Amino acid sequence: MSSKGKKYSSITIIVIAILISIPLMTQRSDVLTWFTLTFLYIILAHSWNIIGGFTGQQNLGHAAFFGLGAMTVRYAWLSGVPLPLALLLGGLSATLFALIIGFPAFRLKGIYFVIGTLVMAEVLRIIFDVLFPRASVLPTKMLGSYNMNSRYYLSLIVMGLMVAVILWLSRSRCGMAMMSVREDADAAEASGIDTQKYKLFAFALSTFFCGLAGGVFAYYSVAVLANSLFSPEWTFDALIIVFVGGVGTILGPIIGSVFFVLLKQLLSLYLPGGIHVTVFGVLFILVVLFLPGGLIQLMEIIRSRISLLRSS
Amino acid sequence: MTLAFITQSLVSGINVGALYGLTAVGLSLVFGVMKILNVAHGEFIMIGAYAGFWLFTLLDCDPFLGLPLVGIALFLLGMICYKVLFSHVAKFVEEVKLKNSLLIAFGLFLIFPQIAQTLWTGDERAISPAYSGESFAVLGIRIGYVPLGALLVAVVVILGLHLLLNKTYYGKAVRATSENWRAAKLMGINVERTYMVTFSLGVAIAGIAGVLIGLTQALMPAMGMEWTIKALIVVLLAGIGSIPGAFFAGIILGVVEAVSAIWMGPYTVAVGMVILLVILMFRPQGLFGKA
Repeated sequence: MSSKGKKYSSITIIVIAILISIPLMTQRSDVLTWFTLTFLYIILAHSWNIIGGFTGQQNLGHAAFFGLGAMTVRYAWLSGVPLPLALLLGGLSATLFALIIGFPAFRLKGIYFVIGTLVMAEVLRIIFDVLFPRASVLPTKMLGSYNMNSRYYLSLIVMGLMVAVILWLSRSRCGMAMMSVREDADAAEASGIDTQKYKLFAFALSTFFCGLAGGVFAYYSVAVLANSLFSPEWTFDALIIVFVGGVGTILGPIIGSVFFVLLKQLLSLYLPGGIHVTVFGVLFILVVLFLPGGLIQLMEIIRSRISLLRSS
Repeated sequence: MTLAFITQSLVSGINVGALYGLTAVGLSLVFGVMKILNVAHGEFIMIGAYAGFWLFTLLDCDPFLGLPLVGIALFLLGMICYKVLFSHVAKFVEEVKLKNSLLIAFGLFLIFPQIAQTLWTGDERAISPAYSGESFAVLGIRIGYVPLGALLVAVVVILGLHLLLNKTYYGKAVRATSENWRAAKLMGINVERTYMVTFSLGVAIAGIAGVLIGLTQALMPAMGMEWTIKALIVVLLAGIGSIPGAFFAGIILGVVEAVSAIWMGPYTVAVGMVILLVILMFRPQGLFGKA
């Protein structure tokens, strides 16, 4: 292993150790909540990054899979299924739905795919809103034993899994194939890559983790409403984080999530509610217009400037 | 009884459908000419509706008479948005342009509702002049003055747009630019200005549609997305770039929704969406799109 690789792996180990020991160091629920939400958004953003960033299919129906995962986990868990199994079920239900709609969805090109997925998610939101009009609140017994630590560790574990999968994707043939679909689907097809297969695989993987993110949220929330679980905001938040952070990268969505949750918490403390969305809207447009690589690109520009200064 | 009930639904369906058509026409114009997918179209509708609301409550101006004012104001807003934002992506290759314009419009979609929230608060508003509840009966079917007026305005706007595109020099320039902007530029057409006017025109039509919507429905800052989706559905049903087609597809959608509301109840909103999904499934390029 090269010295650079060693450096990175030791940093990774230190970060993991710190993250594991945080609940041992502090029991302040605001800190734990902040970390849990950040992990949740990392899972959500990276799950969109697989299909939207790596494979280049702008899926605007992500909220549907988040909602499906969350609903499955919530009702399975509350009816007595053990949590790990419930989470697995949640992820699988999202994937199953993705495979069902995948074949017709990937026949759509360009704006038809964008609009089709957006409309599909809205249809699902309306149906679930009618079927489950009432909020699902934790029973009193569970409410009494509610503790933030288990939420923290669950989101940490799923987030770790998510990042591991992304790391594997970025190095494997499979991930390369996905990126080739993004760059030029025809050329990929001509080089013997079954684009349809890789699109479907990316979609299945992406929605599985999106379902898990929904599951984590369902486990974290005291009360959930079907309408808000399927709200398009989940799609939009993921999109903003990925683009502001750096689309198609590993670190980008992580930095984006930290930034997003931090700004959201800070701004909602000091400004009237919802202003953080405006800030992110402006930031989003600036990134699209002037910094297509996101915050990651900004960091690289700064780093190269510094090394230029040093060498001169 | 049932027959009268269905006819009544038909009439209100046509009224709502005219508004769907009008919202779709603006979106279709912008997309057809510039290949810019403006997902913030519904936000411009919302801004237009609130502009009409302000004219009515602050200046006591009749909403129908205030329509040209709102149109002009939104035209200027559209010009600003184009100059500051969309002109940067106008020269890209079609695919890149589509993606980037989508993302920029998405940013606007995040910003505008928040601005509206601070300006007009989250309370539901309505533009309700004295005559808003009045109606008259034809063969036992009630027709409201306001929906009828909205229908007439929609028809006038769309006819005007049709004439503008087919009978004037500007219209010729628009059609030439939408076919091939490079060739149009070589022929001495000011492509940049054509783009700007087209985009602003689309926004102005959205604003007028917004006032008409505000006359018949409640206004809130978050109403935009619902109307964007409606407009997108109608545009895809009609086929991109077809202006009269968009209007008729809008009326069809309105009628289908109104009649199906009798049986579908709370699922009515999903009807148009499901129709769109089914059509896309069998014709991935849209109803009239080329493969």
